[in-house]
Amino acid sequence: MDDNQNLGQEDSQSKPGEEKKEMKTSTTPRSLADVASNRSIKEPGTNPLGSGLEARGVHAWFGSKHALKDVTLDFAAGTVTSLIGPSGCGKSTFLRTLNRMHEFIPTAALAGEVLLGGKDIYASGTDVTKIRLRIGMVFQKPNPFPSMTIGQNVLSGLKLAQIKAPNTDDLLEECLERAGLWSEVKDRLNEHASALSGGQQQRLCIARSLAVRPEVLLMDEPCSALDPGSTFRIEETISHLAKTMTIVIVTHNMQQAARVSDYSAFLLSDGGPGELIESAPTSELFSRPRDKRTEDYVTGRFG
Amino acid sequence: MSTIAPERGVPAPRVLVTKPRRSDQFFRVVVTLGGLTSLLILGLILIFLAYRGVEVIRMEGFALITSSDWSVVEDESGNVVSQSYGLAAMLVGTILSASIAIAIGVPIAVLSALFLEFYAGKKIRGFLVSLVDLMAAFPSILFGLWGFLVMMPSAEYWAKLLNKYFGWIPIFDVPAPVFTRSPFIAGVVLAIMIIPICTSISREVFSQTPLDRIQAAYALGATRLSMIRAVVIPFGRSGVVGGAMLGLGRAMGETVAVYTVLNIVYQVNWQMLFGAGGNIASLILLKIGEADREETNALMAAGLVLFVLTLVINSLANLLVGRLGKTGR
Repeated sequence: MDDNQNLGQEDSQSKPGEEKKEMKTSTTPRSLADVASNRSIKEPGTNPLGSGLEARGVHAWFGSKHALKDVTLDFAAGTVTSLIGPSGCGKSTFLRTLNRMHEFIPTAALAGEVLLGGKDIYASGTDVTKIRLRIGMVFQKPNPFPSMTIGQNVLSGLKLAQIKAPNTDDLLEECLERAGLWSEVKDRLNEHASALSGGQQQRLCIARSLAVRPEVLLMDEPCSALDPGSTFRIEETISHLAKTMTIVIVTHNMQQAARVSDYSAFLLSDGGPGELIESAPTSELFSRPRDKRTEDYVTGRFG
Repeated sequence: MSTIAPERGVPAPRVLVTKPRRSDQFFRVVVTLGGLTSLLILGLILIFLAYRGVEVIRMEGFALITSSDWSVVEDESGNVVSQSYGLAAMLVGTILSASIAIAIGVPIAVLSALFLEFYAGKKIRGFLVSLVDLMAAFPSILFGLWGFLVMMPSAEYWAKLLNKYFGWIPIFDVPAPVFTRSPFIAGVVLAIMIIPICTSISREVFSQTPLDRIQAAYALGATRLSMIRAVVIPFGRSGVVGGAMLGLGRAMGETVAVYTVLNIVYQVNWQMLFGAGGNIASLILLKIGEADREETNALMAAGLVLFVLTLVINSLANLLVGRLGKTGR
């Protein structure tokens, strides 16, 4: 896990063999000596907290449009990292490259590597479904399966991935408990999921992704469709979950990033492909950003 | 207004009236006319059939659908001596051949639709989709000819095989070894006729499956098969039933194709491999040319029976769709 400590220190030019790689790399200095000394939030790798995730020189295209350029970023095990940046900066695209959901868009292309526990998830011969079991995802809009009851929704991942679980009742309770929904739905597990409010549906979706025991959870603006009360509860849930897994969250809400994340990464597109401008412990990124553009964004001067 | 109890300080709800614009009023009239026209035409056909058929219905009563004797006996000078109009054989033949068509056609259509929507490569898909749509518009006489000339000889072999190994099941049994021109063969031809329309509609419905649900399934580690079972099928179920009903309507009302391959025999026959039966539509086609006024009326009554049968089955299907539609959407 030592590798994970060096947040973003990876030289992005270390892969000359990359097919579609452009020669110009991110120019932002990311010497993180001071970052390491400053890191007191959460020491990663000290306990078995899922697996770390490392993106190495990730580029993404939609057709001929270069959407994401050379992002190298580490997500240490057991930490919460938020991806922030204005709309269209490629943060959602980047998130979707992390569990191979990017390739669902017909024209999508990709270069670079994403390492889960040191292994490239894009390596040929990799079973994509197994990757997605280990790296769960929660979407912007709550999307429970309307044909299933609340209980069936939580356990749907087992059915979908054809996993046999010995005691589903316990698992059901545990997942809903961890998602902070158990007390609200324990008497209505046989109702249809559409009977829940938006915030409850989103927590149901979180519970659903927990049931297959992922090591990493990706969240794509999970609160953007929710009211402040539901947002608060989901943020609480995230803090609880971070004790046992690695979380990456895309958010438009900088207060939210500051509240829930240990690390933050700022992405920006100046009309071209989105690039990683700066990544640092959250407190540092918000209080002492090194890049002028980060400072402008986090202080609300644009975006 | 009356349901809300007046409360001190709380005003009564206002009556809200909107005056639509001139253009909206005009369009409303146009749309209403269009909608009523189709209903009117349908209603007029129904009235015509009932008007012409009522005499025969009064004469035959329930025997019209329970008896299977259809005969007009004339003496030398052309006077009708006795007449009897019973549709039971044709009714059974209609339902039997249409059911066979649905049982064979719909599963194939659903699989084709799933293939086209989720498995076919991009290039081949566009080609196949337009091919399927083209097939839906194929004239039924060509299906009939093909069924008669090409399929009947080989289907006979399969019918014999079915009879040999499943003859102990009553519907696969035959009273005599006559395997040509059976409801089974008519059903297979009809199945091939309805596959395009069922495929087209099922594919259309499957393609409407919300992307976020598909992604949710994949993000949970679903394989394509388990995603389809958990998301696409529950969503598309009611549409598939709707497509099957359109196919069933076509199969029950099909005239020419059935006329080409099926023996019209006035004898109730539930045994699908046995060469006897017929359906109402092809009976009308067979008789209309030589019928006198009285028999024409009887054929109108037969048409009415087919109309009502279609209506009943469609209403049942609607009920089914309503029940299925609630979940999974």
